[in-house]
Amino acid sequence: MIKTNMPLRMVKDKASQGLVFLFSVLLAIPLMVILFYVVKNGLGVMSWTFLTHLPKPVGESGGGISNAIVGTLILVGLASLVSIPMGIFTGIYLSEYGNTKTAKYVRLCVEVLQGIPSIVIGIVAYVWVVVTLGHFSAISGGVALGMMMLPVITLSTEETIKLIPKTLKEASLALGVPYYRTMLSVILPTGLNGILTGALLGISRVAGETAPLLFTAFGSPFMNANITKPIQSLPLLIFNYSTSPYEEWQKLGWGASFLLISMIFCLSLITKGVTRKR
Amino acid sequence: MWTDRLQFFEIMFKKTLQVFAVLVCVLLGGIFLTLLVKSLPAIVSQGIRFVTGKEWDPVMGNFGAIPFVEGTLITSFVALLISIPFSLSIAIFLGEYFKQTWFSSVIKSIVELLAGIPSVVYGFFGLFVLVPFVRSLETPLGITPYGVGIFSAALILALMIVPYSASMSREVIALVPSDLKEAAYSLGATRYEVLRYIILPYASSGIFAGTLLALGRAMGETMAVTMVIGNSNLIPESLFGPGNTMASVIANEFTEATDKVHLASLIELGLYLFVITVVINSVGRYIISKFTIETQTQ
Amino acid sequence: MLKSTKIMTVLLATLLITSSIYSAELLGAGATFPYPFYAKLFSEYYKKTGVKINYQAIGSGGGIQQLKNKTVNFGASDAFLSNAELKSMPGHVIHIPTCLGAVVLAYNLPGVANLRLNADVIADIFLGKISNWNDSRIQALNPGAALPNQKLVSVHRSDGSGTTSIFTDYLNKVDKEWGQKVGAGKSVNWPIGLGAKGNAGVSGMIKQIPGSIGYVELNFAEKNKMAYATVQNKSGNFIKPSLEATSQAADVAMPADTRVSITNTEADNGYPIGGFTWLLVYQDLNISTPKDENAKALSELLSWVIHDGQAYAKTLDYSPLPASSVKKAEVLISTLKF
Repeated sequence: MIKTNMPLRMVKDKASQGLVFLFSVLLAIPLMVILFYVVKNGLGVMSWTFLTHLPKPVGESGGGISNAIVGTLILVGLASLVSIPMGIFTGIYLSEYGNTKTAKYVRLCVEVLQGIPSIVIGIVAYVWVVVTLGHFSAISGGVALGMMMLPVITLSTEETIKLIPKTLKEASLALGVPYYRTMLSVILPTGLNGILTGALLGISRVAGETAPLLFTAFGSPFMNANITKPIQSLPLLIFNYSTSPYEEWQKLGWGASFLLISMIFCLSLITKGVTRKR
Repeated sequence: MWTDRLQFFEIMFKKTLQVFAVLVCVLLGGIFLTLLVKSLPAIVSQGIRFVTGKEWDPVMGNFGAIPFVEGTLITSFVALLISIPFSLSIAIFLGEYFKQTWFSSVIKSIVELLAGIPSVVYGFFGLFVLVPFVRSLETPLGITPYGVGIFSAALILALMIVPYSASMSREVIALVPSDLKEAAYSLGATRYEVLRYIILPYASSGIFAGTLLALGRAMGETMAVTMVIGNSNLIPESLFGPGNTMASVIANEFTEATDKVHLASLIELGLYLFVITVVINSVGRYIISKFTIETQTQ
Repeated sequence: MLKSTKIMTVLLATLLITSSIYSAELLGAGATFPYPFYAKLFSEYYKKTGVKINYQAIGSGGGIQQLKNKTVNFGASDAFLSNAELKSMPGHVIHIPTCLGAVVLAYNLPGVANLRLNADVIADIFLGKISNWNDSRIQALNPGAALPNQKLVSVHRSDGSGTTSIFTDYLNKVDKEWGQKVGAGKSVNWPIGLGAKGNAGVSGMIKQIPGSIGYVELNFAEKNKMAYATVQNKSGNFIKPSLEATSQAADVAMPADTRVSITNTEADNGYPIGGFTWLLVYQDLNISTPKDENAKALSELLSWVIHDGQAYAKTLDYSPLPASSVKKAEVLISTLKF
């Protein structure tokens, strides 16, 4: 199969390596271009007013996006409230009973849940929460985002706990510590960093989601802390402002993009820090 | 007494774990049932026409999903085609050629950053930078210079799925047993030959699964696509023409569907998206788990 | 750790309590055509009365649908509900006209400042029968203009829209083929062209694409400094879209329920593509606005919009309501129940 034609073989070897190298490095270009535009157009918009004021109606200059910042925090908070505990418990279940038949189905469900398009999650949240409550609300947005966070947290909790040495658990059990105490007071604290990483990953995944919020959180020009009312969020604002024809709004949109990307990158830096400590 | 309480907690704890785990399955089942029930009016009134019809006409009450199915398939397959050289290169780069060098950590960061950019920002960038660029390419080619359209959407999508399929393939490539590779090297094989005759054939099923999962992701992607695809409810006339995907038409029309059948038709599109992603994910995960078990038992 | 949790709880509790302290808050959704007008109006109204009105411009179709679902307190539409639509609503819906707008044909054709179009040409552009700017029929209407040999791209709304309804209602009246092939409605099956969401989206798309033409509300074209076409009306005069020309067209006998179409006007100097825009509420306000205080706030708002609010119309390129329409609207508002 491989005839000894050394020069040709070496050329092929070098060429393939070169190609792999080239394609990998080429990918940096679009990233650089995106970041360049976001920073170029977004950085100039950053100001105290931008961060702390409410948007102005079209035609009046100035105004900020404070409602969207607060809205995003509230939405992510609501999503975390349910999905983090649920994800952790499910994760423990998967790591402890991983080889049973039920657990295999559960894992499949979690993985499938992770693959469901966000717009479909939006429809479901609309039907479940918006139609039931009778109006658009922050809660419905939180439910949609929560459903998207859940699989991320579950799978990373499972991974983390699987990595904890069995001896730790066995030692604890051998000392007569009951099983539930072992899990809650020995295993969970040991794996806290990993679980935290999962939660942060989940948050950074949903913080930039727009599609499921279109017909759940709905948007609002006011500062709103009432979770039964519609609420603005950064991605929603970026969508509305970027497709608008008003240059002032587009500028605010770039500013909001810059802010959102910075937030997500910071989260992933923190995540990395946490992982390294482990 | 003390042991009773202990046992109570013990059982409670285990039960709690089980309840939460089962809840996840219930959640998934609930999603499916909700979509199914809510799309019944469309299933009943449109019947088979829904999947064979080429016209989406809310005024006349005709809902044929073919334009969106085609739009979805074309955008995601073109995106996949564009992304494969990149994702595969990166996977080989990180999984084999430059495993633990500083340079590989740079590439890794690039991939992670690309994965972290939200969909809506990709769309924003697409609308203001990519679309004018594509338009400037279209004018000399004599194509109607829309700028927005299937091709722009596919480009943005490709960028968005590269990190995903790259990380899947990298994991698979890293799993190729080193004794196989070392055996080949000891016979005097070059790196290219090892890659071509050992690693890729060995990892092919896993790479295929990773690509399948990336395809699933591309099909469901909404915001960035909606912003650059041109939103035309007709069967796309060319690769550069405007179109709509199943996900983008839901985003466009969901809040405003005035009659029951229109709304149900949109939910039916959602139902198909759901079913497709469930199938793709189950198959993909199955192949990968089989692959992992095989490599581990060897 | 424990302390910070406590502080957080207290903070959260105060937040919830303060937010639940009563202040009237209304949610509306619908038409994008009068969005700049409403945004200004509602922001002024908030300054005056402290009543928060959250208006989301999701398109007229959406406004009607959400009102039907009772997910909003009021809807907004540039297309009045048909009798069949009225019947399908869970309660009797009242149309309160708020202002008039003109739908203009905005285009992106550098070097051509004052494009003149007539009904046939507009219909054929959107039917796809005219596909190049140097088409002889466009040239015939614009003898002096240097029309380039450039592909013509038509842009329309992708969402259900009252603007579309006004525009297609016009084409339906003036062009037979249009009536057979496409018809009129809030969203129609376009034979050709690009779709964009909202008046804002269409304006944005036209600005982006050289050689494009689309229909948007006058205000959007003005605000974005876009060129727009002069259109020949029924009496044969070429009319530049303006507030004055729209008001002329609106000089018709308005029925008691205010549902009236003013496209293809008979008026000599009237601009032919325009229409009223309405806020939609249930006659029994409680259907979509269960809280009494909110219902009261809503009826006060409506009355403010048709009176004091009209002052803001002109500054934003909308025509204020004719006096006769204000009278009709007053009568309707007085029938509201809450």
